[in-house]
Amino acid sequence: MSVTLKINGESRTLDADPDSPLLWALRDELGMTGTKFGCGIAACGACTVHWDGMPIRSCQTMVGDLEGAEITTIEGVNGKAAKAVQEAWNELDVPQCGYCQSGQIMAATALLAETSKPTDEDIDIAMDGNVCRCATYARIRKAIHAAADKMEA
Amino acid sequence: MLHLLHKPLEAQKPSRRTFLKMSAGAVGGLIIAAKMPNAAKAAAGADEFVQPFVHIRPDNTVVVLSKHLDKGQGTANGLATLVADELDASHEQIVLALAPSNPQLYANSLFGVQGTGGSTAIPNAFMQYRQAGAAAKAMVVSAAAKEWGVPAGEITISDGVVSHASGKSATLGELAGLAANEDVPAEPALKTPDQWVYIGKSFPRKDVKNKTVGAPNTYTIDFSREGMLTATVARSPRFGGTVKSFNAAEAKKVAGVVDIFQIPNGVAVVAESTWPAIKARDLLEIEWDDSAAETRSTDEMMTELKDMTTKSGLKVREDGDVDAALDASAKVMEIDYDFPFLAHGAMEPLDIVGEFDGETAQFWFGSQIPTIDHNVASTILGIPFEKVSINTLWAGGSFGRRAQGDAHPVSEISFLLKAMREAGMEPRPVKIVWTREDDMAGGYYRPMSAHKIKVGLDGDGNVTAVKYNIAAKSIIKGTAFEPMLMPNGVDHNMTEGASDTTYSFPMMNMDQAFQETPVPVLWWRSVGHTHTAYVMETMIDRIAKETGKDPVALRLELLKDDPRKTNVLKLAAEKAGWDTPLPEGRHRGVAVHKSFGSYVAEVVEISIREDDTVKVEKVVAAVDCGVPVNPDNIRAQVEGGIGYGLGAILRNQVTLSDGYVEETNFDTYESLRMSDMPEIEVHIVPSTDSPTGIGEPGTPPIGPAVANAIAAAKDKWITSLPFTKAGLV
Ligand code: FES
Ligand code: FES
Repeated sequence: MSVTLKINGESRTLDADPDSPLLWALRDELGMTGTKFGCGIAACGACTVHWDGMPIRSCQTMVGDLEGAEITTIEGVNGKAAKAVQEAWNELDVPQCGYCQSGQIMAATALLAETSKPTDEDIDIAMDGNVCRCATYARIRKAIHAAADKMEA
Repeated sequence: MLHLLHKPLEAQKPSRRTFLKMSAGAVGGLIIAAKMPNAAKAAAGADEFVQPFVHIRPDNTVVVLSKHLDKGQGTANGLATLVADELDASHEQIVLALAPSNPQLYANSLFGVQGTGGSTAIPNAFMQYRQAGAAAKAMVVSAAAKEWGVPAGEITISDGVVSHASGKSATLGELAGLAANEDVPAEPALKTPDQWVYIGKSFPRKDVKNKTVGAPNTYTIDFSREGMLTATVARSPRFGGTVKSFNAAEAKKVAGVVDIFQIPNGVAVVAESTWPAIKARDLLEIEWDDSAAETRSTDEMMTELKDMTTKSGLKVREDGDVDAALDASAKVMEIDYDFPFLAHGAMEPLDIVGEFDGETAQFWFGSQIPTIDHNVASTILGIPFEKVSINTLWAGGSFGRRAQGDAHPVSEISFLLKAMREAGMEPRPVKIVWTREDDMAGGYYRPMSAHKIKVGLDGDGNVTAVKYNIAAKSIIKGTAFEPMLMPNGVDHNMTEGASDTTYSFPMMNMDQAFQETPVPVLWWRSVGHTHTAYVMETMIDRIAKETGKDPVALRLELLKDDPRKTNVLKLAAEKAGWDTPLPEGRHRGVAVHKSFGSYVAEVVEISIREDDTVKVEKVVAAVDCGVPVNPDNIRAQVEGGIGYGLGAILRNQVTLSDGYVEETNFDTYESLRMSDMPEIEVHIVPSTDSPTGIGEPGTPPIGPAVANAIAAAKDKWITSLPFTKAGLV
């Protein structure tokens, strides 16, 4: 079966089993490996991408459901919030192993696009689905606040 | 699974020699390795400077090759800091790279083989990488002196620019080719600490950029080769089980499946891409032979362990007649503890890429002990060591999981490559992907353990004697590490942090007993300290409570012979305001522990929520790890080490029911998350002592510090982990 959708603004056609998760189509079919596999059951957030700007878990989003969808991945995410987030991540040396960070950045970007000045509680709610086994959470929190300040400036 | 690897290792001559070398110990290795980095002279006429640890390229980049696997702990950047400082390179021009397997060039001077672990990366390489940077600098300076006809002593390098008062100047890249022809100085002059420009100051991580844009080819799971296949392996759901028979008819029908092979530890599904490999594996029908498998539950295994602690075992430490001393004591406190199996749960599940054309083999993965992996691959494939190459890729975490003494991933892929070849398949590269379930239910856990302590007190509340019995499966016994690490049959990895305590007890004896089980166990961030620190540090608080002493004051009294531990404890207590009153509803706890040469004290502040669960609000840590090479990375490692330990203590355990793993993914093995993370403050003790480990030492104190705070709040001592069992999470 083939599905046509937009990925990072470009129209792409995926020839894949409709039950195949978007995650593996991105990684294996399109060679876009920035989106990571962590659990496969929507429990870790490593595979987070945006669907119409909303953060979703690509490991539990099936290709068959994506006709006409607009998907953004870490490779293509841009705009004010994304830029501020990536800058803050670099300035605060957030990543350790880095494996979760594509997902963290996608989740944080979606949060800031929605809520420009998030509270700690907003951060807890928006980011609790994204596991970081290196436990970089304290820096992620600081970086989200720093990114919010950048967006304001 | 373990049996698979031990055979090839034992049968093979070179690996035996390698391990003999390991057992020769650290001293010989240090000297040889320290001399090694600048051994080779580059070919004349090259425009590049190539030495084992440092390459200076004509484009003016300086590549620093890390001989240690970087799995997030910042090692590659730390080693680059050392080279950049001695060479006076700019931060901008440094490029990080991970060295391939080559035991001659890249041995860990503390292990004798190439390997990363025990928080040894900076300690063992501190002099070596500085010397490599200093040698490169001397060669660049000498080349410039000849080129410009000026005395070498008048040439300076600053921020990557080589210059002379006459106005002449050049970049490191411009001089690279000439420098390569200079003699390698045997004893290059090193900077004195006051001359350091990066060490102890700042050298932001050069690997961060790639990790914020999803850069390709960073991790093994992202790595791809032309024509590469992807495989999954169905392994025995019970540890120690083997394939009796299987039917692959349905699995083979899945579009994209190429073929299916039986290998020693399971059935491998080889497909054109990942999803068919995962999907088809679910359709395999396999009958397992469980005759040698573990079929017990973890409850049954714990009963056995607890029973072992009631009997005398192998003597780890014996100061005197502890039973008599306890008998003569005014009071004896007896406490039992138990700790569960823990999975590492590194964010990137295990994976490995390999290819084999019958004569040569290449592998790409986050290899943590490349020398063992290298030997195992060459043995299984039946080709010489030199015909195997292992390329190291960044790992998405490890926490010990990638440091297998039995090299099981490289073993598995080697058997698969061999099977593919024997089946007449055209050689194609293959990647084995572990799903989260494969990774988490696949064993190699932090061993479960039982501990029994008896503490004698005299009439004045002074400790008279401590008797400590521990039982667990040994991580070392039966592996290639046994000759080096258990020379007299004692496994110190199991008892470290207790048997070597610096608390000045008049007498302490410690016995250990080994559980036998096919469940493979492994180092887990901070190893024995994960449980011994918990026991020792909650024990001290219980003594304090029993004798009406302040927990910090009692520690200081017992640590009179340990000035560095005393120092971090005082610092953490002072910064946390230990003696100041807390707001309503807040409670403090403290712990101090030495591991991997470093001293860490942590004071935690907790609150009890309305539903009676615990929230860790804040942690104030003080750290003495010798020269703090990269202070911000030390803070990051301590933050991460605290988070990692906290998540485990709060709610992690791997349990078996009839031998089957019950927690197989992050839904049941629940990770620490953002809302659990406390605020953390890290204070680093200024020091000129040799640098010591930092990847692990932040982890051990957090569990007991929180447990002590809970006891302060609720007068409830948690002795059976995780805290979920006590209904506190
Ligand atoms: S891989 Fe999708 S949430 Fe974990
Ligand atoms: S940085 Fe390693 S898992 Fe988040």
